[in-house]
Amino acid sequence: MLIYTLKRLALALAVTLVVSALSFGLLYLSSDPASAIGGEAATDADIANIRKIYGLDRPIHIQYLTWIGKALQWDFGMSYYFRLPVSQIMATRLPVTLILGFSAIVFALVFSIPLGIIAAIRPNSWIDRTALFLSVMGQAMPSFWLGLMLIVVLSVWLPLLPPSGTEGWEYFVMPTIVLGYFAMPAIMRLTRAGMMEVLTSDYIRTARAKGLLSGSILFKHALRNAIIPVVSVSAVQFGFMLGGSIVIETVFAIQGMGYLAWESIKRSDFPTVQAVILVFAVIYIVLTLLADLLNGWLDPRIRVT
Amino acid sequence: MSGVGGHLLEVENLYVDIPIPAGDLHAVRGIDFMVEKGETLGLVGESGCGKSMTALALMNLLPKTARRKAARLFFAGKDLNGLQEREMADIRGNRMSMIFQEPMTSLNPSYTIGNQLAEALFRHRRVSRSEARERALFLLEKVGISAAESRLGQYPHQLSGGIRQRVMMAMALMCDPELIIADEPTTALDVTIQAQILHLLRDLQREFQMAMILITHDLGIVARVTDRVAVMYAGQIVETGMVRDVFNRPLHPYTRGLLDCIPIPKKTKPGEFLGSIPGMVPTPVGHMIGCSFRNRCAQAFETCGSQDPEMRLISASHGFRCLLDPEKLFRKDHARNQ
Amino acid sequence: MIGGITLAVITLLALLAPVLSPHDPYTQSLTTRLSKPFWHGEATGSHPLGKDHVGRDYLSRLLYGARISLLIGFCVALISGVIGTALGIVGGYFGGRVDMVITFIITLRLSIPFVLVAVAVVGIVGGSLKVVIIVLGLLLWNRFAVVMRSATQQIRNQDYIPAAQAVGCSTLRILLSEIMPNIMNSLVVVATLEMANAILLEAALSFLGLGVQPPTPSWGLMVSEGKDFLFFEPWLISIPGTALFLLVLAINLVGDGIRDVTAPENR
Repeated sequence: MLIYTLKRLALALAVTLVVSALSFGLLYLSSDPASAIGGEAATDADIANIRKIYGLDRPIHIQYLTWIGKALQWDFGMSYYFRLPVSQIMATRLPVTLILGFSAIVFALVFSIPLGIIAAIRPNSWIDRTALFLSVMGQAMPSFWLGLMLIVVLSVWLPLLPPSGTEGWEYFVMPTIVLGYFAMPAIMRLTRAGMMEVLTSDYIRTARAKGLLSGSILFKHALRNAIIPVVSVSAVQFGFMLGGSIVIETVFAIQGMGYLAWESIKRSDFPTVQAVILVFAVIYIVLTLLADLLNGWLDPRIRVT
Repeated sequence: MSGVGGHLLEVENLYVDIPIPAGDLHAVRGIDFMVEKGETLGLVGESGCGKSMTALALMNLLPKTARRKAARLFFAGKDLNGLQEREMADIRGNRMSMIFQEPMTSLNPSYTIGNQLAEALFRHRRVSRSEARERALFLLEKVGISAAESRLGQYPHQLSGGIRQRVMMAMALMCDPELIIADEPTTALDVTIQAQILHLLRDLQREFQMAMILITHDLGIVARVTDRVAVMYAGQIVETGMVRDVFNRPLHPYTRGLLDCIPIPKKTKPGEFLGSIPGMVPTPVGHMIGCSFRNRCAQAFETCGSQDPEMRLISASHGFRCLLDPEKLFRKDHARNQ
Repeated sequence: MIGGITLAVITLLALLAPVLSPHDPYTQSLTTRLSKPFWHGEATGSHPLGKDHVGRDYLSRLLYGARISLLIGFCVALISGVIGTALGIVGGYFGGRVDMVITFIITLRLSIPFVLVAVAVVGIVGGSLKVVIIVLGLLLWNRFAVVMRSATQQIRNQDYIPAAQAVGCSTLRILLSEIMPNIMNSLVVVATLEMANAILLEAALSFLGLGVQPPTPSWGLMVSEGKDFLFFEPWLISIPGTALFLLVLAINLVGDGIRDVTAPENR
């Protein structure tokens, strides 16, 4: 287990390094950040000045290292637009997105896992077919459309929930549903497939031969083994949600990281964009790492050797 | 309420049908047998003859689509026919246990063997954790596993096949069953270990005074370990009797064919050809008439195709299912052995 | 099955868009804006789906939007398919260090939140149909790579590969004639999935204003433009949204159908 952990850790670090370099390099896709900041009316002298102030005249690898160094101390420079430290802005936005993502994944799990289990126990029953139907629907629906339709139904026709903002928990209900809805097909299918496979295995037959009752067989023996891949997929799905939050937050006007990213991109606020991408990437890498480690820990064949 | 004559297990007219696309597969076709307290019955036959299905039928662990039917199915005086699943589950692992063929995959990889052993006991008895642990240790030692204490905390993947099978045996014994069904317990193991496991089974059976049904395709095992034997072919029992009787005087052409195939010390003369049975086992699907062995039988005659042979007893315990005249067979044997 | 038919119908409609559209999708007519579709009872015969906020005929925009979606889906699937398959086959076939490098690249790509990167790149470079296609094509190859890699690994272990090597076939030849045909069905299944994915992503990008630019009728863009009128003219978003949904559903069904036919045990 130790070697397994170390390997995974090393991989995560390597990936983080490369990703940080990439997101840093993103900046240089457009022709010249300095002139972008300066705007159309800037003269050459202005641009040269800007370059100096923002340190854009130094060699690129120095810029990169400086940036990384500061990033490790949670300093991402100043936002061009807000005229505030990026870290400060993120500090208010990040928790919002994390809460949203977390509720969404919990929502998805609470519905998909039981559905997957039931579908596995009674294949081809109406529950199974309904679950499959829902998952097919879920994969095809554009998220922003679902969000908007929910607003129409739940905020306009039957005024139940507020359409936008982040004042209280009601504001999170619709975004959670929309965000969580997209993870459900994958989790449900995986649970179903995993359970179906496990239920035909020899050790389940042994459990029956011991006289164990179906409840105990299902939860203690079958689920314990079938759930292992679901755990890692869930972590990965959580990462996807962070990406998907950009759309959902825009639809529901939630002041989270996704919305921040969108605003910053529209305004060419590069430091913020770089920081947001890096933070999201790191969260995702950490999640994948945790998922891998959890995977290894749950399976005694990896944990104990 | 005790069954007639106090038999431990009474099976009469057991049928198992499995629907397949081509029709109904008659895995078990009207078999009768009995097992007494403390005795070992060997159920012998080729793959596909229905012996495993019989075992699963007794435990009611058949696949969901399979249908079981029996005129009588009594275990220790209790009628197993139509028993609720909950009551059957109370019997499984408790009074009737089963050991399966594949030790490598029969244990849950995510729990320690101590956990899985204790689980069998907790399900059927009210015991404390330390009592369960003691029982597990006791049985592990009985089945010949050294360093039993350290084994309790180990996971299945850390043990070899032979040890896993021993663990399975210990697990089957946790609640002191009256009947243990062993389905090809040694087939998946190395030859060197097979003998050990078999001896172990026999010793355990004697010590714990259990009845055992030993299912195998290997006549050699049957000869060594069982008291009585039932030979199965295409879902039916074609010959049954005390091991000595059946081996010394096999009646059914199939049994005789099987015995001809194996070299028997002191009987087979050096340089003599070993026999073989031509043809293949038929698949019992759909409507069946006549003797299922007739296409491979050297002594088959016309009626064999139209009349279903009944089981005929030639002594109190020895019977065979064939239309041939046993007297003629005896005379032939006698002539052959001159 | 149903998916196939729906897809065929949509494709047909898209191809015939110029012929079928009653009006030019770009012509604006500010005096007659926001007329309602036929189910509201006010229909004027020549505008069965009403008009949008600047008076453009919605039906025509819908049909032309279909072309955009299909074009994007197809091109992106092609580009990402080529990249991903190449990487996957090479990694799966050669194994060892080559595979390690490729796996690392795949993990790398998985760790980058592509929605964000796509958004960022398009935002910086500027949105347009071409940019969207290229960016998505360059980002969506990972599932291709993963699936093709494991499929290749399975095939590599079959006996006919060493047999071909023993006869002296060049590696390229083995790759093309032995491995490719056998992983084709997985390839097609993944291609349909990614195509659907690409369409949804383009719609999301356009919705955010970072994809196809107005006045081009992308369905995502239509939803975005219509959202300001959400409360009183919901059809502006429900029509293109439904269209998107149906198209993606159809593609998914086709993919599922192919998979059921070629590898039913993978359900």
